[in-house]
Amino acid sequence: MTAPPGPALTIAAAVRAGERTAREVVEEHLAEIEAREATIHAFNLVLADEARAAADAVDAKVAAGIDPGPLAGVPVALKDNLCTRGIPTTCSSRILDGWRPPYDATVVDRLRETGAIVIGKANLDEFAMGSSTENSAFGPTRNPADPTRVPGGSSGGSAAAVAAGFAPLALGSDTGGSIRQPAALCGVVGLKPTYGTVSRYGLVAFASSLDQIGPFARSVADAAALFEVIAGHDPLDSTSIPEAIPPVSETLDRGVDGLRVGVIAELLELGIAPDVASRTRHAAEALARAGAKVDEVSVPAAVYGLSAYYLIAPAEASSNLARFDGMRYGLRVERPTAEETMVATRTAGFGAEVKRRIMLGTYALSAGYYDAYYGKAQRVRTLIVRDFARAYEQFDVLLSPTSPTTAFEIGAKTSDPLTMYLNDVCTIPSNLAGDPAISVPFGVGDDGLPVGVQLLAPALGEPTLFRAAAALEALAPTTEGAEQ
Amino acid sequence: MTAVQHRTGEGLPAGWEMVVGLEVHAELLTATKMFSAAPNVFGAEPNTNIDPTTLGLPGSLPVLNRKAVELAIRLGLALHCDVRPSVFARKNYFYPDMPKDYQISQYDQPINVDGWLELPDGTRIGVERAHLEEDTGKSTHVGASGRLHGADYSLVDYNRAGVPLLEIVSRPDIRDPDQARAYVAELRAILVATGVSDGKMEEGSMRVDANVSVHEIGTPFGTRCEIKNLNSLRSLGRALAYEARRQYEAIAAGETIRQETRHWDDTAGRTTTMRVKEEAEDYRYFPEPDLVPLEPDPAWVEAIRAALPPLPADRRARLAEASGADRASGPVAVVERGLDELVIAAVAAGADPSRALVHAEQNLASEAAAALDPVLFARLVTMETSGELTATQAKTVLAEMVETGGDPVAIATAKGFEALGSDVLEQAVDDAIAANPEAWAKYCAALAGGDDKAARKVSGVFVGAVMKATKGNANGAAVTVLLARKARKAGKAGTASPASGL
Amino acid sequence: MSERITREEVAHVAKLARLELSESELEVFTSQLAKVLDHAADVEALDVGDVPPTAHPYPLRNVFRDDVVGPTLDRDEVLAEAPAADTGMFSVPRILGEEP
Repeated sequence: MTAPPGPALTIAAAVRAGERTAREVVEEHLAEIEAREATIHAFNLVLADEARAAADAVDAKVAAGIDPGPLAGVPVALKDNLCTRGIPTTCSSRILDGWRPPYDATVVDRLRETGAIVIGKANLDEFAMGSSTENSAFGPTRNPADPTRVPGGSSGGSAAAVAAGFAPLALGSDTGGSIRQPAALCGVVGLKPTYGTVSRYGLVAFASSLDQIGPFARSVADAAALFEVIAGHDPLDSTSIPEAIPPVSETLDRGVDGLRVGVIAELLELGIAPDVASRTRHAAEALARAGAKVDEVSVPAAVYGLSAYYLIAPAEASSNLARFDGMRYGLRVERPTAEETMVATRTAGFGAEVKRRIMLGTYALSAGYYDAYYGKAQRVRTLIVRDFARAYEQFDVLLSPTSPTTAFEIGAKTSDPLTMYLNDVCTIPSNLAGDPAISVPFGVGDDGLPVGVQLLAPALGEPTLFRAAAALEALAPTTEGAEQ
Repeated sequence: MTAVQHRTGEGLPAGWEMVVGLEVHAELLTATKMFSAAPNVFGAEPNTNIDPTTLGLPGSLPVLNRKAVELAIRLGLALHCDVRPSVFARKNYFYPDMPKDYQISQYDQPINVDGWLELPDGTRIGVERAHLEEDTGKSTHVGASGRLHGADYSLVDYNRAGVPLLEIVSRPDIRDPDQARAYVAELRAILVATGVSDGKMEEGSMRVDANVSVHEIGTPFGTRCEIKNLNSLRSLGRALAYEARRQYEAIAAGETIRQETRHWDDTAGRTTTMRVKEEAEDYRYFPEPDLVPLEPDPAWVEAIRAALPPLPADRRARLAEASGADRASGPVAVVERGLDELVIAAVAAGADPSRALVHAEQNLASEAAAALDPVLFARLVTMETSGELTATQAKTVLAEMVETGGDPVAIATAKGFEALGSDVLEQAVDDAIAANPEAWAKYCAALAGGDDKAARKVSGVFVGAVMKATKGNANGAAVTVLLARKARKAGKAGTASPASGL
Repeated sequence: MSERITREEVAHVAKLARLELSESELEVFTSQLAKVLDHAADVEALDVGDVPPTAHPYPLRNVFRDDVVGPTLDRDEVLAEAPAADTGMFSVPRILGEEP
């Protein structure tokens, strides 16, 4: 079994070898964007001129015989909550509309060093709060597989950009499933790495103890290549793991013979659509046929994940988003006093979902409620960590659906926040535990829309995770609906 | 301790006392900020010591300064605290000076707890905690009146934002304004001695808030008020005296004291309400998720302890022992100025202890610690005590020694104080004796006959002559001593002639 | 469900969070927050008294930075992004209150 290189690695190989120019690659992708972006709205900002200039610089290096880097000439879409120096970074919020950061996120620095080309800033749910990208102040992103449907979220722009062929690679951020869920709904690969493997410096924080940046790609091998580029210690992030992050690319063709795979029983029950559950079981069966030892496993605390998450994440968010007060950058709604200006700015600048979560988090931290809500949620978090640790005594990786359903209609879930929150039930436990998880496309649902299967591994288990993911990718039924 | 009478005459009546706890914020002497590599320097151009973390820009993250932790531990050990594993927490409140609208501080798990500080008079004041936190920026209010409420707009400088702070919280062990001032002065001395802070209240690198209540002795403590804006030791003393009296008068008038925050107006000499407790913010403390727990390695703590410089209290004790003075008197100022080592070294080099101490206390500033060679200082003291220099001359020579680092003998010569050189003095005395043989005979006879009074009377002739010859630079007492010595020698030799006695 | 959080509590929380809510928003938020908190009741029911809290998913300790000065931002670049600036400083409407 060998993992196909995927479009990103194919481009990089051709550009490095001088067979194609980075400029040609960029022009091709800009043409794709030109053709379909009006429909999809994957980007808040397309960086055509910057991308061309960066491509020319890569081509100049190749011409001069200088190594242009492992991702030379590969266009990458950046979720618009990653800071880019001098380039607007909005978080899809009016409150940051037009803000140009004076610095680059660490991942952006790393990408540039590898010769990758930043092609645009991708749309998201405002401040990454949402599961459909409908909470963007600049309008929703549409699913390339069916533009009447959501791409998932919050990294819906990044997922859609990769699915639509606007860029072979994208970066997103995942706080409760914001990479994996849109990857599943758009039919691409999405990884939430181990907490601490990828620097959060320059990622506009949603929930600091849960946020993690990760790759989108159209193949497992491409995702692995991008992960290897962005992973690694960063002294600017105190929560960055100091040890070397094990490489993953070399594990891709090892197969799953003897690999112990546990199917999380609770996550096949909790409101999972039958077609999604059935695809998940097919995936398990396929792995078993390929030599894996597959069994069901109970992770009881996974059930409580959602509740704990919707106390912890808003609590941290309420504090992280306090700084948007109209004093130093971004929107200001001027009033006679600073105090009134703060209120007016925040009231005008934040959308309803952001306000809702700030309110929920403020409440969970407020005097008299801390112990009952935030404090308790942090203890439940310990239970989740313990339950997963117990499961990993018996299994190398775990398996579940990524999302309870395939892509839903735009507007279908916007009226009831709780229904929307339930989209994250399968993905949230990994964020609470800090463990890595990857969504791999595995066929389509009854509606012909992509289904993603999630693989989970213990902290720093990315090599095993990628090994299983590459196998699953090879075993996936060919899909018609997921690709354009 | 009983009722305190204040200099203003407005103290509390007998049977009442004030109960004071102090919160002191001290900026740490680091090169960079608490959580980022932006410079920590006072007085820079506005908004030049800034980086993404200082400004709390979206996406920025804090990374803890090792030196700030070391300084915190150093102070904790100097205050006899337990140095403990700690975590940082976010204190959430909105204010334009606070770039993230939360302050990273320590809440329920501070680094230093349960210590004490000993005042020069031996009183111990408990230290509840000394924790790390970050400073805020500074706003200037611009407008017609230049005052806060009349201002049209405000300008914010974030240079100070993120400067590392220690908040040192005393127990409510302080009972009067003098003791409060002594506590702050002693804390400042410790901060300076340990190199933790420069302790400059005038630059705001040390700031004091006071919690004050009054009660009738033997009854429970009263409701406390927090007093802000105490920018000098003088303000602190005045504000406490005012506030205690205010509270007492309110109680005496049948009112209840509200728990509130009050602002000290130094010009008006009174405190005014800033915020009552009901308006107090709900800070929504929670563990700072961008930082990891701090668990100082015991070996590191011990290394810091071992490298701790001698503390003011120990230095006062040592100086008191070396100089024979009371530790609560002269040594306080001398240690404060860092001149104790100089005095001790000078005494070791043979200087008269009390004279050396008096010079350090009255005639030397802290620069002298580095500028003055103890051996030369000792020589100067000896020149004075041996009579070669008068007290006034010694002071003059000492000032020049500090300035030039020169030898006191050379300076004295250059100043024309050479008449005081022992050879010159002795020559002048011999000349005076030779010029007044009758008086000399009378003097020797009086001395031999034990008639001190007569001897003293006659000696005036010689002293006057010596003074005239040395243009007043001679030490009268030294002349008298020389005369007596010579008279004794002359008596033993059986002659009244001075020359043969030499 | 309505006893989970009252309208008054929601109004108080909005004040703490520096948000202004209209009457109808107050209404909607109260019912929506009550629903989410109701869902969180399964957490409340758990006995976790002796379980320690997890604040960080990856157990790191003592992460330090050396006290060495690094690069600073260009003031003009930063102030160009400010809503208002004056003489090298951030200009803000007059500050009424004092720092807590």
